[in-house]
Amino acid sequence: MLADKHRAEIEAILAKYPPEHRRSAAMPLLYLAQQEYGHVTQDALQEVADLIGADRTQVGSLVGFYTLYHDQPGGMYRLQICTDLPCALRGAETFAEKLCENLGVRLGETTPDGMITVEGVMCLAGCDRAPMFQVQGADGIHYHEDQSVESAMKVIDDLRRKASHA
Amino acid sequence: MPEHILLRHRDLPGLERLEVYRKHGGFEALRQAISTQTPAQVIDVVKASGLRGRGGAGFPTGVKWSFLTPNVFPRYVVANADESEPGTFKDREILERNPFQFLEGVAICAYAAQANLAYVYCRGEFWDLARVLEGKIAELRAAGLLGKKLFGSDYALDIQVHLGAGAYICGEETALLESLEGKLGQPRLRPPFPAAEGLYGKPTVINNVETLANLPPILARGAAWYRGIGTEKSPGPKVFCLSGHIARPGNYELPLGTTFRELIFTHGGGMPGGRRLKAIMPAGASSSILAASDAVLDTPMDYESVAAIGSALGSASLILMDETVDMAWVARKTTEFFKHESCGKCTPCREGTYWMLHLTERLTGGAARPEDTALLESVARGMQGKCLCALGEFSTMPVATALERFGADFPAATGGAA
Repeated sequence: MLADKHRAEIEAILAKYPPEHRRSAAMPLLYLAQQEYGHVTQDALQEVADLIGADRTQVGSLVGFYTLYHDQPGGMYRLQICTDLPCALRGAETFAEKLCENLGVRLGETTPDGMITVEGVMCLAGCDRAPMFQVQGADGIHYHEDQSVESAMKVIDDLRRKASHA
Repeated sequence: MPEHILLRHRDLPGLERLEVYRKHGGFEALRQAISTQTPAQVIDVVKASGLRGRGGAGFPTGVKWSFLTPNVFPRYVVANADESEPGTFKDREILERNPFQFLEGVAICAYAAQANLAYVYCRGEFWDLARVLEGKIAELRAAGLLGKKLFGSDYALDIQVHLGAGAYICGEETALLESLEGKLGQPRLRPPFPAAEGLYGKPTVINNVETLANLPPILARGAAWYRGIGTEKSPGPKVFCLSGHIARPGNYELPLGTTFRELIFTHGGGMPGGRRLKAIMPAGASSSILAASDAVLDTPMDYESVAAIGSALGSASLILMDETVDMAWVARKTTEFFKHESCGKCTPCREGTYWMLHLTERLTGGAARPEDTALLESVARGMQGKCLCALGEFSTMPVATALERFGADFPAATGGAA
């Protein structure tokens, strides 16, 4: 249970908002749940709902609306490549295609070892350093900019190494 | 520009550290405001400076603050750090490299608004940055620059960081408030405006990161000094973002009213590979696309002049495209974005972006029907003026102007079948 395992963190999150507006804590609590369980499970929805005094469906709707929450399990890391217009003008679509080829997956798919899900995403405010991507995992979200397929493969190797030591 | 006012870290190494920021006058503007000026006087200075909102709308900041419903408390200030417009990455540099100038701006705004609690709404992807900002805010609390009885007054302030989770629409201020309240980021019907009923139904000021970063220098150096930069109607410095086909992409701080030519060619280094500049989107994906010409390049980049040539300055995020770019493809790319980011609340935007995407995919995928170009124009024009918020309206602009100004790039136009 989140409430038992992360009591101090939950209290710190709730303290950011006026006590009568606990629902504001829904989004940070969903991040906490996702980090704990890998994705937002049905049980986690209820846990978050109970913590803020909301309905499970209200919390569930947030997971559907916001792209950084996932209600299905994916790879241990989600590698999210921006393919929006400014990045595309700097070769991001070709970069995404070649990286996928190297990994033997298509956009949206997970590598056979369950480590990396490759996704195309919308603008990440890194247009001047395209091609770029972010990696979303249990330790948050981190940017990797001015990338080539070679440097991206190195990032992926590092992630795989990190996971095998974990 | 001889000195940076917003990207001041480029002149002063280590400015992201509190002791360095204070050594260079940091938090003196806030101290003076709280110790010697009433909130109304601070609002008057900001009004007199002519500062206009840097998030895109260009609305006068001091005027926006003066709309707060009198005598209703608590009030809130929200900093909009949901920077998500394709082509825009200026707020990120300010937050990463000059965070204390931004936070001092938040505090000045909060004092003027008589708010005791401010939130910084960061887009979810700024995960690492949000952690850094929380650390900076903790330093301010420890230094007595946030908390109770600031500078010996009765004024108290705290700042909290709230992380979004991947939704462009949350940059729209009422959607941002919904999101901060733990709901879907869908825009509210207005009026009431946030100055009357904002966060938790209370009077609220929402300002963009760059807008807030302008406040410490304005208070420290005065409205007359500020008006000496930029143009009469668009005063002050602006951070311009350059992306797409450009030799030196990045942020450039220049006075409002700098010409496109100076920014693109003198500062940005022009087109790579000696190719010709074909098109400019001055306001990121939310732009009416300009066909590059000498007249356009010699236009000063201020709110009025860019509007006069058939586009908008917006957030001043220039996406540049050379002669190899097909504008039908550009219309598809921007439509993919807006279709994905449409919140689904209002029908014209939800359905309109869906159909525009189908049509632009057909038009660029070799499966165009003779009537598709005309149909695309009809859908885009049909959405205009009917959407709940600016997102829907913006989604039509690149499409409508690609058709109008680059008709030769669309299949039916060249085939003459329609």
